Amino acid sequence: MNYLVDPFANNEFMRLALFGGILVACTCAIAGTFVVLRGLAFVGDALAHGVLPGIATAMLLGFSGILGAAIGAAVMMGGVSIVSRKFRLSGDTAIGLLFVGMLSLGVVITSRSTSFVGDLTRILFGELLGITTTDLAWQFAALIIVGAIAFVSRRPFLLLSVDDGLARTSGFSARLFHNVMLTMVAITVIASFQTVGTLLVLGMLIAPAATGSLFARRIESMMLIAALVGSLSTYIGLLISYHYDLAAGASIVLTAVMIFAVSATANEVRKARGHDHHDHEHPHVHGEIHV
Amino acid sequence: MTSVHASSLAVGYGKRPVVDNISLDLQPGELLVLIGTNGSGKSTLLKTLAGLIEPMQGKVTLLSSAPGQLPTQVAYLPQHPVSSHTLPLCVQDVVAMGRFAHLGLFKRSTDTDRAIVLESMKRTGIDSQANDPIRDLSGGQQQRTHLAQVLARRAEVLLLDEPTAGLDLNGRKAVAELIATERSRGVTVVLATHELADAESANMVMLLAQRVVSLGAPTEALRDEYLRECFGFTQPH
Repeated sequence: MNYLVDPFANNEFMRLALFGGILVACTCAIAGTFVVLRGLAFVGDALAHGVLPGIATAMLLGFSGILGAAIGAAVMMGGVSIVSRKFRLSGDTAIGLLFVGMLSLGVVITSRSTSFVGDLTRILFGELLGITTTDLAWQFAALIIVGAIAFVSRRPFLLLSVDDGLARTSGFSARLFHNVMLTMVAITVIASFQTVGTLLVLGMLIAPAATGSLFARRIESMMLIAALVGSLSTYIGLLISYHYDLAAGASIVLTAVMIFAVSATANEVRKARGHDHHDHEHPHVHGEIHV
Repeated sequence: MTSVHASSLAVGYGKRPVVDNISLDLQPGELLVLIGTNGSGKSTLLKTLAGLIEPMQGKVTLLSSAPGQLPTQVAYLPQHPVSSHTLPLCVQDVVAMGRFAHLGLFKRSTDTDRAIVLESMKRTGIDSQANDPIRDLSGGQQQRTHLAQVLARRAEVLLLDEPTAGLDLNGRKAVAELIATERSRGVTVVLATHELADAESANMVMLLAQRVVSLGAPTEALRDEYLRECFGFTQPH
């Protein structure tokens, strides 16, 4: 029991890390659900890396890293939109171009100074164990904003997850709500980079939501499962990090991916057993079509 | 009020029209059947009527408004509705999406909305699977679900792109009955199909082969010379 509780009971930095990680998990569960449903993982990845030059520039010039990240995300989203429309390139090509361009720019800026080496690691992998109450407040604000966006836009987001055409013929602007969805993902990335880092926030966006999609029958339950998996991953990852002196952010994301792997395997086994059972009970049910 | 009006309409992608010189008028309760081979322009015309593609030339209105302007009164069933295997949605949630055009962003769904969703599922015979995940259903069952979603819109104009694709004879009969019921309520239907039999009850048939081969009552539009021109064969008499 001490092994499971003492690290948090005896260390304030561990408690703050746990709270911060759970807030990240809940924020990522909401945004990540739509990232998974709409197939935006590559955009999420690009946004996560696209903020790097903004943060690096902010550090170089001495202004807020969050503001720099927001500028980086805005440049990334605007650039993808312009390149894909003006140059008639597919969405993933435009995203790929901006992705490598922004990442390279970020590395070029950070390479100007040797003192940036530590900062670059912090940007990419976060500093969960150094989280402050101010960071928690920012993360909580992000959770509220992301939750409000998802609630207000739940209907067009759901339609977009099925088909752009369905959203448009239902009276919702596909382009507008696609951009609203990207903004929601950008807010999640910007708010989470201080805790799990830009590289690992993608793992928290995708792995818990992907686990949720295996079992859920409704969007709300997918979000709930994603939040629970993300929170559990935070707890387990922090424990492993504490006891074995491993990187906290990476341990959390690795745990989330492992939970997905185990869940997916269990789900396949369950379905295989279900099919066998089903076939014996209803041998003629397959292939029937009645309208 | 004329339900669907088109004059000298050209539809297509980019700069090249797929079909041009389309002129027609449909009144409430009428059925227009679009028949043609793959790539003949049926889906392109339906997408234009749905507001998903801009018309290239000419004029087109649905219920006196431009395409795409009346989402609560015009419903569109695409040729291959998406049923992503990643979507964690049960049948009733997919059908309920047919009410979103009426609810917009902020309205709360009411008992009336729920009753319409249930009735739509019953009409397509999918109500017994209301709580099943759509990703676990067969192609025919998914088609019934999407058809129920279109019915739940309670629209005045239905644009249906091959709604019987993948259905057996009973399924096709049931869809024909649904269309007849909708027409009796005054709903105008534009139906794209490969089945000549679907044209029997139509007010108007348009035979397409990247141009309008014929347009008129079924007996006129499906004459042997037009069918031969369109498909290379005629109907057995």
